[in-house]
Amino acid sequence: MSTYLIRLVLQRFALGLITLFAISILIFLSAEILPGDVAQTILGQSATPENLANLRTQLGLDKPPLQRYVNWLGGVLQGDFGTALTNRQPVAKLIGTRFGNTLFLAFVSAIIAVPLAILLGLLAVRFRDKWPDKLISALTLTTISLPEFFVGYVLILVFAIKLRWFPSLSTVSSTMDLGDRLWVIVLPCATLTFVVLAHMMRMTRAAIIGVMSSPYIEMAQLKGVSPFNIIFRHALPNAISPIINVVVVNLAYLIVGVVVVEVIFVYPGMGQLFVDNVSKRDLPVVQACGLIFATVFIGLNMLADILSILSNPKLRFPK
Amino acid sequence: MRLARAPLTAKLGLIIILFYILVALFGPFLAPHKQSDVVGSVWQPISKEFPLGTDNVGRDILSRMIYGTRTTLFIAFIATCLSFSWGILTGFFAAVSGGWIDQILSRWVDLLMAFPTLIFALVVLSIVPINMTTLILVMAILDSTRVFRIARALAADTVVMDFVEAARLRGEGTLWIIFREILPNTLTPLVAEYGLRFSFAVLFLSSLSFLGLGVQPPAADWGGMVRDNSLGITFGIAASLIPAAALAILTVSVNFVVDWLLDQTSSLRNQ
Repeated sequence: MSTYLIRLVLQRFALGLITLFAISILIFLSAEILPGDVAQTILGQSATPENLANLRTQLGLDKPPLQRYVNWLGGVLQGDFGTALTNRQPVAKLIGTRFGNTLFLAFVSAIIAVPLAILLGLLAVRFRDKWPDKLISALTLTTISLPEFFVGYVLILVFAIKLRWFPSLSTVSSTMDLGDRLWVIVLPCATLTFVVLAHMMRMTRAAIIGVMSSPYIEMAQLKGVSPFNIIFRHALPNAISPIINVVVVNLAYLIVGVVVVEVIFVYPGMGQLFVDNVSKRDLPVVQACGLIFATVFIGLNMLADILSILSNPKLRFPK
Repeated sequence: MRLARAPLTAKLGLIIILFYILVALFGPFLAPHKQSDVVGSVWQPISKEFPLGTDNVGRDILSRMIYGTRTTLFIAFIATCLSFSWGILTGFFAAVSGGWIDQILSRWVDLLMAFPTLIFALVVLSIVPINMTTLILVMAILDSTRVFRIARALAADTVVMDFVEAARLRGEGTLWIIFREILPNTLTPLVAEYGLRFSFAVLFLSSLSFLGLGVQPPAADWGGMVRDNSLGITFGIAASLIPAAALAILTVSVNFVVDWLLDQTSSLRNQ
């Protein structure tokens, strides 16, 4: 690997870290900048001045913002996210296994969605402008605009209530083995797959079609290479960089889609915790969840860019 | 842009969108009941009296759908209008000015877009009180970053044209260039983008309401109705699918129309 390439990767990595740092400031300071007194909002209109003062001290609102931010960030870097307001438990403990559950759901969905999307994209290119392509395009144009809860509840109604094939609620406990866990998350996984599939497949199709107009593809066609070999051996390796990008960006999207899907299926993940605590206005939990979601999202986007730098042969030999 | 020659999907989409707009505009005259009136028992099936049945507390679903359409479309419409005015203005301004103004605005937008919209909205909504004004503002501000990117890219393509250069040499100001030179030449892709952003706004608002963090009860809106009736699903009652389907039909229609609009612009470019 050339030093030039290493420098590019390091630059992108540094940019990711700076973004993350800026986002952490934004999350923390949103409580300062936005109108409304946090203590007042939490306690409601009927709060006594003493209660308000107590809560402000407890939240640390009496200290200057910069000092609080430094304390908070220092804690976060050591895995201490502070204490939840509503039940006085450490936030890290509340998040605990839930983060793992969320990653598990997103990971399993990704394992199904990614190969399926690439395969469908390749099929659409192979039969470009014929009926399989048109069918796939029409289906994806429709599914791309369906909300998660529509897909989720239709799946529950059909497969859990009418056919009774899968459970409608995805309750998991620590005693369940892998098989049981997979069984329970079939429907949420299907929902997530459905939601990200269309976009990934369309982008894969576009990336390969972009490569298909290159002269060397025409050369291969004139040599009489079979259509399947042209797509798999000639076009796919050269379209891999945009495809990797699309895949990872969609994985980042998966992390967000997970919030709604967890609420639909009552899955004990971090999305559910996040939403619950937004309505309870439990600021430390909300900030912790927001920061973790943001980290995963920014991390994946950074990974997408680094992978496409590495898979781009033009960058390996700088002029 | 001949409507008569538009594909069937685009025509169908336009008719459906028009239907939604009419329902939203004349809702209070069309609805047989008030949106929060309990008129029957819980989850009654479809009947002559209740064409779509009743909901989880015995309110008429048809009436709530009509009012819900009004609320959902109104909030999404205002939010998208705001995000467009702000996004287009700043985007064009960045492209026309160039230099450090462009740099600062673009980096700020990069930063906001590095963060998933829903997560950001949830953090903000945990601090500010949730009502129609804050919902509209949160949606508009977050969405304006996307509009900024598109508007800036479109303007950057146009700003290098000879007629803009001519206007500059004539001594026209920045605002003249933005509104008289760039806006007319980027209008069609922007209209297409408006449709897309609008359907995203509807989806986004409905997601927030579905999570219980959007339109607050007893006011009806699509996402909230899905949430209210979601328990019925486990008894095989499909009440919560009605608002979800209404939402899906609208977004699919918008996508059909937008697809056609974008086709139009690309064929114009190729001519």
